[in-house]
Amino acid sequence: MSTADIEARTELQALAATAVEHRISQAEPKDFFALMKPGVMRLVVFTALVGLVSAAATSGTMLLGPVTGAIALLCIAIGGGASGALNMWYEADLDKLMKRTANRPIPAGRVSRGEALAFGLFMAALSVMVLGLVSNWLAASLLAFTIFFYAVVYTIWLKRFTQQNIVIGGAAGALPPVVAWAAMTGSVGIEAFVLFLIIFMWTPPHFWALALFASQDYARAGIPMMPVVSGDAYTRKQILIYSVLLAPVAMSPWFLGFGGLVYGVTTAALSLGFIANAIYVYRDKNTENTNRAAKRLFAYSILYLFALFGVLLFEAVIKIAL
Amino acid sequence: MSEPIIAEDGVELSADDKKRRNKRSVAIALGLIFLVALFYLMTIFKFGPELLNKPF
Repeated sequence: MSTADIEARTELQALAATAVEHRISQAEPKDFFALMKPGVMRLVVFTALVGLVSAAATSGTMLLGPVTGAIALLCIAIGGGASGALNMWYEADLDKLMKRTANRPIPAGRVSRGEALAFGLFMAALSVMVLGLVSNWLAASLLAFTIFFYAVVYTIWLKRFTQQNIVIGGAAGALPPVVAWAAMTGSVGIEAFVLFLIIFMWTPPHFWALALFASQDYARAGIPMMPVVSGDAYTRKQILIYSVLLAPVAMSPWFLGFGGLVYGVTTAALSLGFIANAIYVYRDKNTENTNRAAKRLFAYSILYLFALFGVLLFEAVIKIAL
Repeated sequence: MSEPIIAEDGVELSADDKKRRNKRSVAIALGLIFLVALFYLMTIFKFGPELLNKPF
């Protein structure tokens, strides 16, 4: 082979290598599913289901039947998943730096950023359009707003620039039951707003507990989570304040009458448990240890929200059945 | 991740690449079938018996 041939071949290989980088996808279907953050989607589906059933039980208006209701729920889940994909598209650089997220499809190299963006936008458009067709355009607009709020307001504007990121951004995670309420009734009442408020007030102590024991990860990625910017002691105090404020908000379905006695008693007991865990976190001054109290509060907060919404669901189903 | 084989006339997919491509194709096909079923169900359940009550 002559020198010219070798040069030509080397050039061809370089060009082909560039083409390979851009053209051959390493993605499997499960990677696209992972882009939708299935863990977050579970919470979205569950809270939206409670919104749907509570709306039917409380208002007596049922614009959706079981099949159209299930389709609406699927749309809300897909919309939540689309937000997750858009979040991963934008945060690929940060995800690479954190242990917790380094194996996500984009930083692990299985899905390209372009693929994630296209997938997220397609799923967002599909979910909003189908929800509009199957229920009403108020619900579809609220879902579109939720996706916009999570992907743009939280991910792009807030997360990298303020330690209050998850306080304001928490609104996106709190909207699914409101979307579901609108889908079922065609309007948004005070009850839907209360469901929103419960998740909204629950989000800061939940995420700050996580941020306490993952603060090194966040610091490495340069994300201004509260423990990174204002320190552990300040964060522990904020967790306690929000936990105390959460209790009356969580009790408000009972005060307003759309949560029954079972809900009132369960929420009172679980809220005391929440505050007790927050006090343990507040007292746990030793950052050298593994932040055991913060981990316990994080786990408890997930159980807390599932239990509250689970009881609301149970009571609403009983009300409809009777 | 397997290294793609670079042939002189372009890129030849490795066995793993082909497997992944097949999986993606099957997923897209299932997705399309699902959408067809979804729109069919939506039409039937959204309009119900009204579908049959149209003047010809």
